[in-house]
Amino acid sequence: MSDSVKVGVILFPGGNGDHDALYSLEHDLGYEVRGVDYRETSLDGLDAVVLPGGFSYGDHLRCGAIARFAPVMGSVREMAEAGKPVLGICNGFQVLCEAHLLPGALLRNASLRFHSFDVFVKIEGAPTAWTQDVPVGTVLRLPVAHGEGAYYIDAEGLATLEANGQIVARYCEADGTVSEAANRNGSVAGIAAVCNAGRNVVGLMPHPERATNALIGNDDGRRLLRSLVKTASFA
Amino acid sequence: MSTTATTTRYVIEAEVMPKQGVNDPQGDSILSGLRSLGFAETARVRCGKLIRLEVDAESEDDALARATAMCEKLLANPVIEEFEVRAVPGSQTGASR
Repeated sequence: MSDSVKVGVILFPGGNGDHDALYSLEHDLGYEVRGVDYRETSLDGLDAVVLPGGFSYGDHLRCGAIARFAPVMGSVREMAEAGKPVLGICNGFQVLCEAHLLPGALLRNASLRFHSFDVFVKIEGAPTAWTQDVPVGTVLRLPVAHGEGAYYIDAEGLATLEANGQIVARYCEADGTVSEAANRNGSVAGIAAVCNAGRNVVGLMPHPERATNALIGNDDGRRLLRSLVKTASFA
Repeated sequence: MSTTATTTRYVIEAEVMPKQGVNDPQGDSILSGLRSLGFAETARVRCGKLIRLEVDAESEDDALARATAMCEKLLANPVIEEFEVRAVPGSQTGASR
């Protein structure tokens, strides 16, 4: 079945996770993939789209602030509004927040340091297009690589996320305990991933596409990305 | 280039600051740096950015209105930042070509 799912990966100038995403989705997950240049204006024929990690437009001004206006973003918005699965990984998460397709924003890590290590996250909330194959309470080990990964939302926005179950994952210990110690970048409420109200648009700071093959030591990311098999038409 | 003979070039400063309640680790880090240098009287530091724009407009009010629109659209993110625009006094450089 999975070979019928077509996933687009947006190629932004300054991206560095785009080819990881293309390789992972094609070779480890078995999807049909297409790299979509940021100047393209149509995503016709694609079932889902991924905004990958990197440093689009050099992260100038704010991460994702310029990428948000790339020509391709009009059709990303159309897909999001049509209920198709849209995933933002790391810089892609920042772009989706800047584009207001996801609530909140990403700030400098509280440590002011670039974080490059594995973290544990715990899946929560109702299923989303990208997590419905992952039972609530599942703990995943995933790599992070970011300088601006501290999720921020004001108190009112946080209450809305909590009430709607839009928090998709929080940083946790290896045993699943959500703690401040595990929240190393200083995210509000330890949030690692959120979704929109329609649950088809998801953003997360960790990199599932860099953990989809046991050969490189970790395939926890498969559990997220394989959800798409079931969700090509999540709406 | 598309300006008419009646426009003036104004220097507008857009000050973009983290909103109250938004963590500002850069400001915190500067604060601890200042204190360790002996500036013990420093109570709080917030670190934002200043963007200096040169804007061709028919009046200072027009230039400020355009700069405000720029902040709303691109220069500031209202989720985490607040902004203020001001004209630099005496900075206008007369009619541009």
